[in-house]
Amino acid sequence: MKILVLMKMVPDIVEELEVAGDGTSLDQEYLRFIVNERDDYALEQALILKDRLGATVSVVAPEAPEVDDVLYAALAKGADRVTKVSGIAENTGTRSTAATLAATLSSIPDALPADLVLSGCQAIDDLDGFIAPLLAESLDLPYLGLVSRLTVDAGTAVASKEYAGGVMGRYEVTLPALIGIQGCEKPPRYVPIAKVRAAMTSGDIETVAATSGPDTTQLQVAAMAKPTEAGHAEMLEGSVPDVAEKVADILADRGLL
Amino acid sequence: MTGNVWVVADHWKGSISDTTYEVLALGRGLADSLGVRLEAVLFGHGVQELSASLGVADAVLYVDHPALADATGEQTSRALASLASTRSPATILVPITNVNWDLLGLLPARIGAPLINFCRNAAVTDGTLQVSCLLYGGKMEVAVATGPGPVVLAVLPGARSADEGRSDAAPAVEEVSVELADDSRVRLIDFEEPEAGDVDISQQDVLVSVGRGIGTEADLEVAEELADALGGAVCGSRPVIDQGWLPLVRQVGKSGVTVKPRLYVAAGISGAPEHIEGMRDAETIVAVNTDADAPIFSVAHYGIVDDAADVLEALAESVRKRKG
Repeated sequence: MKILVLMKMVPDIVEELEVAGDGTSLDQEYLRFIVNERDDYALEQALILKDRLGATVSVVAPEAPEVDDVLYAALAKGADRVTKVSGIAENTGTRSTAATLAATLSSIPDALPADLVLSGCQAIDDLDGFIAPLLAESLDLPYLGLVSRLTVDAGTAVASKEYAGGVMGRYEVTLPALIGIQGCEKPPRYVPIAKVRAAMTSGDIETVAATSGPDTTQLQVAAMAKPTEAGHAEMLEGSVPDVAEKVADILADRGLL
Repeated sequence: MTGNVWVVADHWKGSISDTTYEVLALGRGLADSLGVRLEAVLFGHGVQELSASLGVADAVLYVDHPALADATGEQTSRALASLASTRSPATILVPITNVNWDLLGLLPARIGAPLINFCRNAAVTDGTLQVSCLLYGGKMEVAVATGPGPVVLAVLPGARSADEGRSDAAPAVEEVSVELADDSRVRLIDFEEPEAGDVDISQQDVLVSVGRGIGTEADLEVAEELADALGGAVCGSRPVIDQGWLPLVRQVGKSGVTVKPRLYVAAGISGAPEHIEGMRDAETIVAVNTDADAPIFSVAHYGIVDDAADVLEALAESVRKRKG
């Protein structure tokens, strides 16, 4: 079985985000990038299937700051081949990125055809669509998203999609297919830094240039700012014991103690 | 002539979702501002009776087809694209829900219109639709001006009050047929209910909810201590469930449970829109987070910028002392 995993980098929102001078994008200067969390689960799902059924796992990601670390970590975890796609401009929208990736995959050796293509089903910067279903449409693959359990047997995947209240919808999906991953039966595996370093020495990141896709739809962001909220919490200040006492006073006043 | 405003009615387990009513309220305002009709679009098989509660719309377009019974995005996106190609709506509003997730993903390409995701508001200014969206886990808001062509808006829960979108008026219902092949490559097998847990968090008066910022799994102990002291239960946001620290039945938010307790303590939870939709109606919300910009503080009543585990531990101590 051949599995292709698509991953992308996103800004780390644990860091403080600032708006750039153009007023429409993030200030890149202090931005730190991390892998889109759902894509990390997609890789884990691919590696679980590899462990269980045997598979080759290829990972493709657009070039971005710190993407090499993610791709070397993928090799260290068990991916067989990793490729980064260069030449997708900063601030390219999700829709255009998906079209470009779809056009580029054919020039990546052994990427397609794949029995399964896995990718995170959402990212925090998906302003104009989600990569996974857009790519599925471009590649004419069936698509199911919000999946957090996946098994494969005899050319068919059984995928469990999340619904409200913890309900899972189980679907049969004809392969080849593209599955949008939300979660996994276990968290992404830990890989020791020594193994990542070994992958840096022995493994290769292949680089291919992006081929522009046919869909260059791009939304025009008129302004970006920290959200203006109708309400904001009353902030309690002081030492930890002091604020704890203040909260306890409030709870007592509200009849909650 | 400008096309109409459509709202895709989301239904699950035989009921129209609250988010649908919220989006109908938003759509009503947009349609009135644009001087066009508001039409609700209802997909399914044998669910026409659900149209009765969609009276805020001027009309309901009901599409009944056996292939739509399972509401897969593969089929609903085809049906909606087919309907839109003959009716030419200008604005299609889709509530962001798990049911609609794949429809939203596939629709932009199939309908040939741009999608604007994570919308929290939309308004008409000088005849143009202006949309504001939450990105980066709710930490940034962007304004997007739409062009002259049709557009799809994926609308976050909470855009309007659901009550504004409810009406006792009987809507005009038009049954519309679409051609759909019954050869989907994605087929529903069944729905699996979650295993019953020891606690139903939707029935608790007090919830201590932990997120990634709590620290480690060991820090859940202080959350348990506080919940014990307050007579409540511990629940969590998505990352904590993903890590396996708490079972799925304790997850609050989009794929989890919607809760309305008297007290909700959010510990180390940043407040992504998917989480907020599950707890925003709690009576009293106390949030603790090291990040002063965390979106959770916009819905909390009281906020503390500090280490969550430390504050929970001290609060448990204060509560125990007061309770004797």
